[in-house]
Amino acid sequence: MAATAHSPSKTPSAGSSGATGSTSRNARRSARPDGAGWYFLGPFLLLFLFAFVLPIGYAIYQSLLTVERSGPLGLGKPGVGFAGLENYTLALQQADFVDSFGRVLLFGVVQVPVMLVLALTLALMLDQLSNRWAGLLRASYFLPYGIPGVIATILWGFLYVPGISPITEVLGSAAPDFLGYDNVLWSIANIVVWEFAGYNMLIIVAQLKSIPQELYEAAKIDGAGPWQTALRIKIPLVRPALVLTCVFSIIGTMQLFAEPLVLKVLTPAVTSTFTPNLNAYNDAFANANIHLAAAKAVILAIVACALSFGFLSLVTRKQRRQR
Amino acid sequence: MSATTTPEATVTPPVAPVRSTPPGPRRAPSPGRVLLIASLAAASVYFLLPVYWLIIAATKSTDKIYGSNGLWFDNPHLLENIGKVLTYDDNVYLYWVANTLLYAGVGALLATLLAAAAGFALAKYRFRGREAVFKTVLAGVLLPHTALALPLYLLFNKVGLTNTYWAVLIPSVVSPFGVYLCRIFAESAVDDTLLEAARVDGASEGRIFFGLALRIMSPALVTVFLFQFVGIWNNYFLPLVMLSDDRMYPITLGLTTWQTSQDRIPELLQYTVGGAFLSVIPLAVAMLVLQRFWRTGLTEGSLKG
Repeated sequence: MAATAHSPSKTPSAGSSGATGSTSRNARRSARPDGAGWYFLGPFLLLFLFAFVLPIGYAIYQSLLTVERSGPLGLGKPGVGFAGLENYTLALQQADFVDSFGRVLLFGVVQVPVMLVLALTLALMLDQLSNRWAGLLRASYFLPYGIPGVIATILWGFLYVPGISPITEVLGSAAPDFLGYDNVLWSIANIVVWEFAGYNMLIIVAQLKSIPQELYEAAKIDGAGPWQTALRIKIPLVRPALVLTCVFSIIGTMQLFAEPLVLKVLTPAVTSTFTPNLNAYNDAFANANIHLAAAKAVILAIVACALSFGFLSLVTRKQRRQR
Repeated sequence: MSATTTPEATVTPPVAPVRSTPPGPRRAPSPGRVLLIASLAAASVYFLLPVYWLIIAATKSTDKIYGSNGLWFDNPHLLENIGKVLTYDDNVYLYWVANTLLYAGVGALLATLLAAAAGFALAKYRFRGREAVFKTVLAGVLLPHTALALPLYLLFNKVGLTNTYWAVLIPSVVSPFGVYLCRIFAESAVDDTLLEAARVDGASEGRIFFGLALRIMSPALVTVFLFQFVGIWNNYFLPLVMLSDDRMYPITLGLTTWQTSQDRIPELLQYTVGGAFLSVIPLAVAMLVLQRFWRTGLTEGSLKG
């Protein structure tokens, strides 16, 4: 709606004014009404401000406040006062909250490499196999991406629960307790790998397809086997895709929410403070402490941004040094 | 892709049988190739197993889900199960389907249009503040979306938008990554001289965008649409915090409410399974058909990234 309201009716006027303004300066740019760019940008920008920038600002504002005397429900009006960084220190003093970051970091350090190595391996193997089976296999790996995280978790939940699962049935007494305290983090990791390995594989496949065929010919003439071609040509050339998928995976790890929330119903090993996101959610809705929850959300956003920016700059710096 | 490149390869040097496109019939596969195919097949078992289990389980009754072999049929009655899923609680599941189509379908469509316009503007017009806008959008790409859900809730609660369709729809139509992809694609695909020519012919900027640019950018737009569709369809946190009326839920949220109350109402286990089955089938088909479109914009994005 907002998009169509702007466009054609208004643009001609902007077009003509821009044109008359610039004819005197430059004949080549005469017909280019650059001001019209704002009309195309406007609708997106307005909503971006409303749905991205403003909420962050509002959350930061809320995180600096506190309820002075919380009423019997903690929701009432009584005295909202300025708290400074009190909520932040409070959040960072909570062992639960700090632990949840540690848990998510451990998760990411293991899950992201496992998933990306799997995605890369599958992409390289599919690249060796250029027939119609490759298309079918590729689609079957990609399929889980279309299944939302919560539904994927419900599904895997059934496969983890002893009474229902065919896996525990087949394994018999050798079956591990997928939902036990030691294993549940890795059971979640398995769900995330299952969901996103195929998606990441497809990004890598896309980049593999863009490698000019002549490079392979040259390598072949130089006597390179499939292994050498993969290691020396393909992997270095899909590096940008690997960087992209890695950044997205880091961001994804920090956001971990739906999977533990759904598994929480099935096992006591997942607490309501299992991940930073879950922790903040719990504060907002179970403990009704909006201000603390806001502070936690801000901390989470900062850490996630720092990690992905940090990773990006690390990678680009290394790349520059190599040149 | 490979179809277009192989002819060139066979044309180039007649030195040696470079590409393995022998005229003769198929040879016996080498052990390496057998291993390759075996591992690829094993991987597909891993990726398909939960979906396979779901298909089987959707045909079973509650006690058979517990009591029978999870990998094979036992007294299947799929249609009866589906009927129960659809009619339970005054057809609530059908509301969820309609809502999901609204949030993900309409949301992704609007998001694509907005991203196309913004990306086109950032690529093809020179104006003050352009780079600043682009950098802000890029920061939006790197910001985790679920970290945004709580702040969004706080703000929307303040302005009274929670528990409305807008609460889920408005954030869904903003796609910074879509803008990023559209800009990069428009930069390389939309020719400046073409735009100039259209202007000389007297086309307005709006006409140029809707008549020309959108058409040229369509491969990238398909990617943006799919991305956003899956993104909204996957976003669980946002509807969870925003909505309290279960008639406004998307399927994902609805199914988890069934899943969590199955210890009170045992038949909900079966409805959860059946509901998941119904929701997965159309998407599985869409994924199989549409995954080829996924590539176009992605390489463009990752090459520069």
